Amino acid sequence: MPQIAQLALVYQSQWFWLLVVLAGIYFFVGKGIVPKVEATVDNRDATIAADLAAAEAARAGADAAEEQLRANDLAARGNAQATTAEAKAKAAKAGEVRLAKAEAKTAKLLADAEARIATSRSAALASIEGVAAEAAAEIVAKVSGAKVTAAAAAKSVKAVLANG
Amino acid sequence: MAGEAKIDPMHQFMITPIGSDTLAASPFQFTNSSLWMLIVFAAILAFMWGGMKRQIVPGRWQVAVEGMTGFLDNITRTSIGAEGRRYLPWVFTAFTFILFSNWIGAMPFAIVPGAHPFTVTSQFSVTMFMSVLSFAIVLGVGFWKRGLHFFSLFVPKGAPLPVKMFVAPIEFVSFMVRPFSLGLRPFIAMFAGHVLLDVFGNFVVQGLNAGGPLGYAISALCFVAVIGVNALELLVGAIQAYVFALLTALYINDAVNLH
Repeated sequence: MPQIAQLALVYQSQWFWLLVVLAGIYFFVGKGIVPKVEATVDNRDATIAADLAAAEAARAGADAAEEQLRANDLAARGNAQATTAEAKAKAAKAGEVRLAKAEAKTAKLLADAEARIATSRSAALASIEGVAAEAAAEIVAKVSGAKVTAAAAAKSVKAVLANG
Repeated sequence: MAGEAKIDPMHQFMITPIGSDTLAASPFQFTNSSLWMLIVFAAILAFMWGGMKRQIVPGRWQVAVEGMTGFLDNITRTSIGAEGRRYLPWVFTAFTFILFSNWIGAMPFAIVPGAHPFTVTSQFSVTMFMSVLSFAIVLGVGFWKRGLHFFSLFVPKGAPLPVKMFVAPIEFVSFMVRPFSLGLRPFIAMFAGHVLLDVFGNFVVQGLNAGGPLGYAISALCFVAVIGVNALELLVGAIQAYVFALLTALYINDAVNLH
């Protein structure tokens, strides 16, 4: 077994070169490169975590914005409905007022016209009495030659007319 | 026809000098073992540097590197706790060195003429040195953090005094055996595996040399066996690196948290 047979001869160089190589690995790689690799891994983990958090925040923001939008939409619809109802009510009220005004006007016109008709009728009736009395007086004069006073004629006519 | 096969499965574990004719008992003697340690170092550096693009969206190589550091970080954190990151460099060093040594030692580099692959971790002088380093870290951390209280690690909590008297020496012995078991485990695995590979490989050549239907049949059978053992070697190489790293982390945990 050369490991034992040669041991006395080689152990010094074995240990020396092993120590050199192990120290090289320890300081160059173990203390130099490995922490950097670990830092890269940690950095990546942190980046991924941050990205995930940012994505989560963005999603929450989008959700909130959508909720806000929906609320706004709802409010706007409510506003519009209220405005429409108000306008409708106003329009209905205005129509009623105008109708009432027009009705009043019509009623007044009607009343005026009726009054005018009544006056014209009574005037016409009065003038008919006069004409009838004159005619009656003239008819009396022509038929009998008697002179009838206008007052008597009017009185007679009136009586006849009243009796109908 | 292949040349006369020399059946010496131990030859692959021989350490030979590079740049001189004979081995000198000197720390600066450069050998094939030193060369393959440096190759392992270079491979680890190349692998780790390849994953240093530090992109937020990683490429395949970066994922491989991050996967390995994450795996070891996980071992230290689950074994030791929040303080585990302090010990990650050593756990990482031990794991990568054993893993790359085992795997590079299992690669068929010998297919290149003149190349003699060498498995660094098949030398117990290497694996024992690493386990003693791990053990020294455990002792250093334990005594630095707890002082003489560290010895309470051997005393089971809440047990009656006679049980304590009985168990404490056993615990102490099992604690002192740790560096040996820790260092021998990867060495034995690599040693046995490579002996097996060499033996089966020799059978392939010997079968071809013998010729005849029986020789070719044995040769073919052993070739399949070599493939299987090689696959097993890769698995064992990874498992041994994992076991060494995990046990190191658990032993450090004993020192950091005392039970």
